[in-house]
Amino acid sequence: MNIKKLLIGSVAIFALSLGGASAAKVKIGVVLPYTGGAAQFGEQIDRGMNLFIQQHRAAFGGHEIELIKRDSKRPGGDIAKNAVQELITRQKVDLLTGFVFSPNAMASAPLITQGKVPMVIMNAGTAWIPKLSPYIARVSFTMWHAGYPMGGYAMNKLGCKTAVIGFTNYPPGKDSRNAFTTGFEKAGGKVLEAIPMGGPRQVPDFTPFFQRVKNAKPDCFYIFVPAGNHAVAVVKTYANLGMKTAGIRLIGPGDITQDTKLQSMPKEAEGMITVHHYSADYKTPVNIAFVKAWKAAYGADTTPDFMGVAGYDGMAAIAHAITAQGGAVTAEGTMKALSGWSYDSPRGKITIDPETRDIIQDSNVHKVVSKGGRLMIEVIDTIPQVKDPCKAHAIGKCK
Amino acid sequence: MEQIARAAIAILFDGVAYGMLLFIMSVGLSITMGLMGFANLAHGAFAMAGGYVLVGLMVGIGVPFIPALVMAGVIVAVISIPFERYLYRPLYQADELDHVLLSIGLVFMATAAITFVYGPSTVSITVPDYLNGQIDLGIGLFPAYRTFTIAVGAVLILALWYGFEGTIIGAKIRAAVDNRRMAQSIGINVDRLFVIAFALGSGLAALGGGLAIEIIGMEPTFALTYLVFFLIVVAVGGLGSIRGAFVAALLLGLIDTAGKYLWPDGGAFFIYAVTVAILLIKPMGLFGKA
Amino acid sequence: MTHQADIARRYMVARENWHWGEALPWLAIVAAFFVFPDYLALGTQIIIAIIFALSLDLILGYAGIITLGHAAYFGAGAYATGMLSAHLGWSEPISALLFGGLVGGALGLVTGWILLRYHGLTLLMLTLATAILLQEGANAAEDWTGGFDGLVGISFQPLLGSFEFDLWGKTYFCYAVAVLLLCFLFARAVVHSAFGRSLAGIKGNVERMHGVGTPVHGRLVAIYTISAAMAGLAGGLFAESNAYVTLDVLSFSRSGTVLIMLVLGGTGRLYGAFVGTVAYMVLEDELAKLSPEFWEFGIGLLLVVVVLFFRRGLLGALEDARARMGGLK
Repeated sequence: MNIKKLLIGSVAIFALSLGGASAAKVKIGVVLPYTGGAAQFGEQIDRGMNLFIQQHRAAFGGHEIELIKRDSKRPGGDIAKNAVQELITRQKVDLLTGFVFSPNAMASAPLITQGKVPMVIMNAGTAWIPKLSPYIARVSFTMWHAGYPMGGYAMNKLGCKTAVIGFTNYPPGKDSRNAFTTGFEKAGGKVLEAIPMGGPRQVPDFTPFFQRVKNAKPDCFYIFVPAGNHAVAVVKTYANLGMKTAGIRLIGPGDITQDTKLQSMPKEAEGMITVHHYSADYKTPVNIAFVKAWKAAYGADTTPDFMGVAGYDGMAAIAHAITAQGGAVTAEGTMKALSGWSYDSPRGKITIDPETRDIIQDSNVHKVVSKGGRLMIEVIDTIPQVKDPCKAHAIGKCK
Repeated sequence: MEQIARAAIAILFDGVAYGMLLFIMSVGLSITMGLMGFANLAHGAFAMAGGYVLVGLMVGIGVPFIPALVMAGVIVAVISIPFERYLYRPLYQADELDHVLLSIGLVFMATAAITFVYGPSTVSITVPDYLNGQIDLGIGLFPAYRTFTIAVGAVLILALWYGFEGTIIGAKIRAAVDNRRMAQSIGINVDRLFVIAFALGSGLAALGGGLAIEIIGMEPTFALTYLVFFLIVVAVGGLGSIRGAFVAALLLGLIDTAGKYLWPDGGAFFIYAVTVAILLIKPMGLFGKA
Repeated sequence: MTHQADIARRYMVARENWHWGEALPWLAIVAAFFVFPDYLALGTQIIIAIIFALSLDLILGYAGIITLGHAAYFGAGAYATGMLSAHLGWSEPISALLFGGLVGGALGLVTGWILLRYHGLTLLMLTLATAILLQEGANAAEDWTGGFDGLVGISFQPLLGSFEFDLWGKTYFCYAVAVLLLCFLFARAVVHSAFGRSLAGIKGNVERMHGVGTPVHGRLVAIYTISAAMAGLAGGLFAESNAYVTLDVLSFSRSGTVLIMLVLGGTGRLYGAFVGTVAYMVLEDELAKLSPEFWEFGIGLLLVVVVLFFRRGLLGALEDARARMGGLK
């Protein structure tokens, strides 16, 4: 009797999973840093992805998805590449996503071309990455989305005639330096000096660099540092050296006012101007709902930042691609599905540019304000629907 | 002219502050390596533990900064005692390679454990207002926190100097560094000295780790990232020499700061180049004994 | 001939002759090719790591040189092989690999000649700083090395003109195994030669070797150069199989990891490199899959346990167990 019951039960489950007649199982390889100094980024993106999956089961068109996660650990390229190779050959994934560091995406590009597996990049922001393979689409940003508009804004709206640039000395840093310089000089500003401030692996003691800037007395001090641990140290050093009272304005891309780091910053952060595509403090209904769901899922003291949003939007893109292809995911099919795809993201409207497979999104001017003893982001201006300026102006490797 | 003077003062001040921090975190390693001949690569893990204990005390139960700093040092010093007793002591006679591996294993475990408890991100604290911003020292404005760091470093150096030169325990430790067998044969309880020195060194590292949060940040990879700097301080200064560790740490702090200020493109090149140069000329370090 | 000398002679002869057990790792490698066809990419990385660990065993296990900077030679080989293809368009894989070995060896000769005058902590620090200086240099020479983003544009012709390099890594696996076999045979010949025995003497008692007039420094530099060349070959293979080189090849963690792998297996026995590397990498692969966040803890614990209880590595523990069982008979 019991056995019979059991049998019926299992048949029922079987029938249920056959419910969608054409339901396919789609394997998604996720390559993110889960250990080491960058594990915080892996965590953000992972949470963003999972939140989308929990909220929007239906978006996958009844197709079952399986996430196969691999640790890319460091930005060295080799570990990620081996993971991608294993995911393609052994796990036979249909789609790849994740990729925090540019070198890891770059190293994997030849493999996905060879194996014909599409890749949806959720962070890696070096501008020319989508040129490395026809199967790459990016839902995050490039360094130029922030740096280039910031240059024009600093000159025209903030009244900075001179600027000093401080940047972490690795390709995204140099990319950001070039982006700001191009925008700022086009608007008629003068870059006095560009100071490399050590590598990305560890947070340096910024004081000597900042002392040098303080003595150079520019109107604006544009800073690019990697998202994460550097930002707090930057603002603390700025505060401790009294640069604000010396009349030097601190500006940069949104990495230096990352949502998850804002509350650790001193009060001197108030008044900082950055250009970025996301902040948890955006007052749009979509974003308010998103932040609320995030806090409900991961705790009231957690905050999504632009990486979490990229994970969320990336999963939306993947869901769209899977549904559009009826579960039979191919590289060409995915690129076709994503080409021109638009989505009402927590950051605003985003579109995948059919020409470059890169993202088109608003670049917002952020101002750090203090409300009720809490530092917050206020949007004071918007440069709508920016196409990656590096590719638009065909600069350097973006040609 | 005024520009140059201002630059020189800035470099000197920041360099000394950074040097003091390095000294506080590294001096314990110099003592343990000189006294016990143990290449303890996990020294940074004790510094890291100090940082996280401080965060736990301040954020978790609201202890004010300065008492929390002292408590972090004491707590970690006590925690370090069983490590010395059960993990390090059995290996004093083993070769350097075993020391390196055991302590690297401990670093891995510490990093994983901290990630598990605190997560992978940087942690931060809010220091009291009087340590924020600038302070007027009569000759100009200086960052308050760095002034505080230099003061703490100076107090510790005086205390260590008195402890080693003016107390019986200090004399015993010096005797054991110079010649362990002789020290043992005149009735000095070397085992007990080891425990004291180890706990003291770990406690100082923890204090340094707590101080470091505001200057260089604190994250689970701290133990490995800064290990190289601690080793450089010890090697350049000379094993077991407090004076050596002090001079080396100051030298390193000043060179690093000056390098960053004057030639930012050079990256970390300066520190390593100087380290290699000094060791090639003086293999036992500046104050080491052959 | 005294009794002890006789025992020593017989021991030496016994070690020099091939033992049937030595076939085991090679059989395992061949078996792996057929049993785990989907794991060959990982397999290739393991073979490369074995060559690298083997090169370290030559200096650590046989000459007692402790280094925290062996990645310098691995990285030099990787960049040499990679830049040959990426910048000069040289795409014949075997000659490019040999070039990697040559550059690694040349660097080993120069640095070894300077550094091997030092000992203990000083040597540790000098090797460490040398590798970091090299890494800083590679970062600065961005036009050549690609800096932080890595060296792209490496591509090689089919091996021997006909074996296509494939996505599943069959060709690379066989190629890497062939290189490993040649390196191993060479290393085995070296350690059992008169030169190899004089190294054992240096490791055991430097003063005495000085006393009997052995050119200690020259011998150490010679083995260091051989080791560096072998590390360079491993690096070259790495560059070819990944078609990508980043600053990571020169990193402190790579130097540290190879040391850990070797000691895990057991030093001074050549096969320790095999056992330790496989144990470490398989464990890392499995632990990371189980819980990517905390694989470090397992590796750390393993190290502590090995040092406290199996001080001669896994192979040493195996030998001890066998000796104990032999004693029971």
